[in-house]
Amino acid sequence: MTETIFEVSQEGRRAFVAPATDVPERPLEELIPRALLRDEPARLPEVAEPEIVRHYNRLSKRNFDLDTGFYPLGSCTMKHNPKLHERVAALPGNARLHPLQHPARAQGALELMWRLQGALGEIAGLPHVSLQPSAGSHGELAGVLLTRAYHEDRGQTRHKVLTPDTAHGTNPATVTMAGYELVKLASNADGGIDLDDLRAKADEDVACLMLTNPNTLGLFDPNIEEIARIVHGVGATLYYDGANLNAIVGVCRPGDMGFDIVHFNLHKTFTQPHGGGGPGAGPIAVSERIEPYLPRPQVVRRAADNGGEPAFDLDHDRPKSIGRLRGFQGNYGVFVRSYAYIRSLGAEGLREMSEVAVLNANYLLARLREKGVAEYLPVAYDRLCMHEFVLSGAPMKRELKVRTLDLAKRLLDHGVHPPTVYFPLLVDEALLVEPTETETKETLDAFADAIAEILREAREDPTVAQTAPHTTPVRRLDEAAAAKRPVIRQPM
Amino acid sequence: MSTYTSLTGADRAAMLEAIGVGSVEALFDVIPEGVRLGRALDLPPGAAEQEVFAELRRLAARNVSADDEISFLGGGMYDHYVPALVDSIVQRSEFLTPYTPYQPEISQGGLQVMFEYQTAMSELTGLPVSNASVYEGPSAVAAAGYMAKLHNSRRRFVVSEGVHPHSRETLATTAAGWDVEIVEVALSGGATDAAALAEAIDEDTSAVFLQQPNFVGAVEDLAALSARAREAGAVVVCSCDPIALGILRPPGECGVDVAVGEGQPLGNRLDFGGPSFGFFCAGEAFLRKMPGRIAGETVDVDGRRGFVLTLQTREQHIRRERATSNICTAQALNALAGVIYLSWLGRRGLVELGELLARRTAYAREALAAVPGVSLRHERPVVREFAITLDAPVAGVVERCAAEGVNPGLALDGDGLLVAITEQRSRTDVDRLVDVLGRAVAAERDEQTGEAGRSRPAGGRTVVSGARAGRPQGDFSA
Repeated sequence: MTETIFEVSQEGRRAFVAPATDVPERPLEELIPRALLRDEPARLPEVAEPEIVRHYNRLSKRNFDLDTGFYPLGSCTMKHNPKLHERVAALPGNARLHPLQHPARAQGALELMWRLQGALGEIAGLPHVSLQPSAGSHGELAGVLLTRAYHEDRGQTRHKVLTPDTAHGTNPATVTMAGYELVKLASNADGGIDLDDLRAKADEDVACLMLTNPNTLGLFDPNIEEIARIVHGVGATLYYDGANLNAIVGVCRPGDMGFDIVHFNLHKTFTQPHGGGGPGAGPIAVSERIEPYLPRPQVVRRAADNGGEPAFDLDHDRPKSIGRLRGFQGNYGVFVRSYAYIRSLGAEGLREMSEVAVLNANYLLARLREKGVAEYLPVAYDRLCMHEFVLSGAPMKRELKVRTLDLAKRLLDHGVHPPTVYFPLLVDEALLVEPTETETKETLDAFADAIAEILREAREDPTVAQTAPHTTPVRRLDEAAAAKRPVIRQPM
Repeated sequence: MSTYTSLTGADRAAMLEAIGVGSVEALFDVIPEGVRLGRALDLPPGAAEQEVFAELRRLAARNVSADDEISFLGGGMYDHYVPALVDSIVQRSEFLTPYTPYQPEISQGGLQVMFEYQTAMSELTGLPVSNASVYEGPSAVAAAGYMAKLHNSRRRFVVSEGVHPHSRETLATTAAGWDVEIVEVALSGGATDAAALAEAIDEDTSAVFLQQPNFVGAVEDLAALSARAREAGAVVVCSCDPIALGILRPPGECGVDVAVGEGQPLGNRLDFGGPSFGFFCAGEAFLRKMPGRIAGETVDVDGRRGFVLTLQTREQHIRRERATSNICTAQALNALAGVIYLSWLGRRGLVELGELLARRTAYAREALAAVPGVSLRHERPVVREFAITLDAPVAGVVERCAAEGVNPGLALDGDGLLVAITEQRSRTDVDRLVDVLGRAVAAERDEQTGEAGRSRPAGGRTVVSGARAGRPQGDFSA
């Protein structure tokens, strides 16, 4: 079944029935000049409701998903999405609330946003929060634009932004989009920032250092206080990419490490379902000195002038603000889910979340250090990890002629979503594994067993992995052909 | 307290032993003492599911939703009916809970949805290339600006004031580091002034930004407006209402290079502003400069048809600082709702819906224009939204209407009102608006002339002191 909805279309079929026309049926040309109207209807599908439902249900069965199985995708934090969240997001007071409803008639929504701001600020150790950015990458852009506004307000024009070579791809892309020159920092032998390289490159032309801690190797950089001193010493800001926040909630806080700006991925740490590639949300928390530049409007609580209940409002009057980053107030439906999560877990539960995420990662790493696995898939940095760890498939490729890609594809036949592969770039044939706190010991054991079994099988016959997957709806796809002669829409 | 974790005490003990450490705390030893929190987070304790549900229900009940009043609010998001099959399909775990389809063999459902979505958006806009969605409308306008800048490296953006204020502001915010000058061109009689627009375009103009229909509801003559821009080699960007494109000439037939817009009207709920999706369509020349994911058709090793993410060398995870955009997570689930909705409407349904909207809106516009103290802000053709001017302070009028369960629309600077009519507002609803608004305007005029002098009603049911209900909002002038 690979017919598209356009291919199942038959002229004359329909699902939609228009509401009765209760006003005069004037010809369209009388209302809008002919020249401004379409000549032909858009060629949308013509399908009745039963077949639309079947079409999309059948398509859904060609997806693997988190509710079905293990998804150890590094840096993506594929944790359980509680079902309560869908219920509360769908309450009519949330789902049917117009974004331009007057603040006085949207008090519940604004209060929820205000409380979420407070909780995120406490978690980050930075007091001022804007919920507006739409995703992690959007939060990064906000952070670099805030940095620009901060320096310009002090009469400084700076041109460079530093990122480590282990950074997520969004960091360097954001730097360019925000009009800065990227300067890459080397990693030291422990996977952290090379402090000498940082000292050499940190100068008065550096606007910001963008950092993830724990980094994309799953390692906490213990030199963070010294890094902050160096960066602040040249007057630059320190930016925290929150993609890996799931490791440290309630244990330590970016603000206490010296970061000025943090973005959160609500779709990672705070359980917004990933939706097959969005939606997400990327709120930011900032220090006192960055606060004046936050996007507008800000959700605020105002004391009542007559001693009554305080009221929540949108504050547009922010003269130093960088301005809006998008329409309306942000991805409110995501805020509802993340707020429900924080309320369910509370302070203690959030810390337990991070503790179990780190425990699970270290246990899985310990299992993968066993004989028959570690010779082929050694851990890139041999120590305790935080919430994720990196293996190198280089010996496996050399000894067994099985690449990391092959291993990933063979895992599909075991009913597991593979880890992130070929990232971080620093590690040859990398696999980045993040199990999250969601998983049971049994699931982790089964994954370790599957890896061992694939390696055992590869020692006997590497072609099984090399030609995997064998049991999926389609097998390996020709991506080169897709890029060379792009077919990105249905020919009509 | 809910935990959503499964480890038992016995599990923990066995796992710690396998790791070779004595406690969970030991796993965090690497974190320097000086940066540890050393206390519990200052957050309320966790709560049981039913307690959290009750709290969130209480909060939600303090909002006046589109179910609680007869609402004519639009201004970028619209209260269109979302059919039940959309809710049913997008809540399926297989669509709700996967990540971005990096492993195509087990993501064919999501990838094919993207391909179908791209096809539908191409059809609507009349442009051959669509990506798989961006965040939402206004940031899509900014993303188009960035693409134009990559395309021609020029240094001037010319923006019609008919473009939504949020889009104009988002463009300016995002472009802070691009070394571009932004010039805005005023409306004349409700539509973009073609002569003034042409005047503002020079040989260093990177892009021209329009909106269809524009912020005050007027249908623009895109072909006329894009002529000078094309002559000057500028990229023509138009933010479009996707529902209106069911009846309006598609931007791709009017000289527009890049059509973007807010996808919410297509099967997505209001959600107080998000999540929804932004669409991003363009001419072939921009294929390799597009932001965001794109799905493409291919075959597997056995020759079976399949879909993959394609042209990924544009993207941040491959190209890093040389990527065409930093976007990664976009709005796949919301775009899915969009393509299901368009399939439900179908080829004829989209036209029928557009016709119904245009007729109801014409009825409402004429009826309101006949109300004493109300005049039309412009006479241009409209589809489902129009602006009126009140001979009374709009804040007071809105407050009086709210007290009667009618939200008459979006207040514009001082005396304007932007009124949206969706298929969910019947003729009876419109008649009620005409009645309530008419009395509200009359009462405000009376009060102004000192005849009545009675106090204002208390507004909607959740009016709170300190934020007067009728006060116009911060950033809408037109």
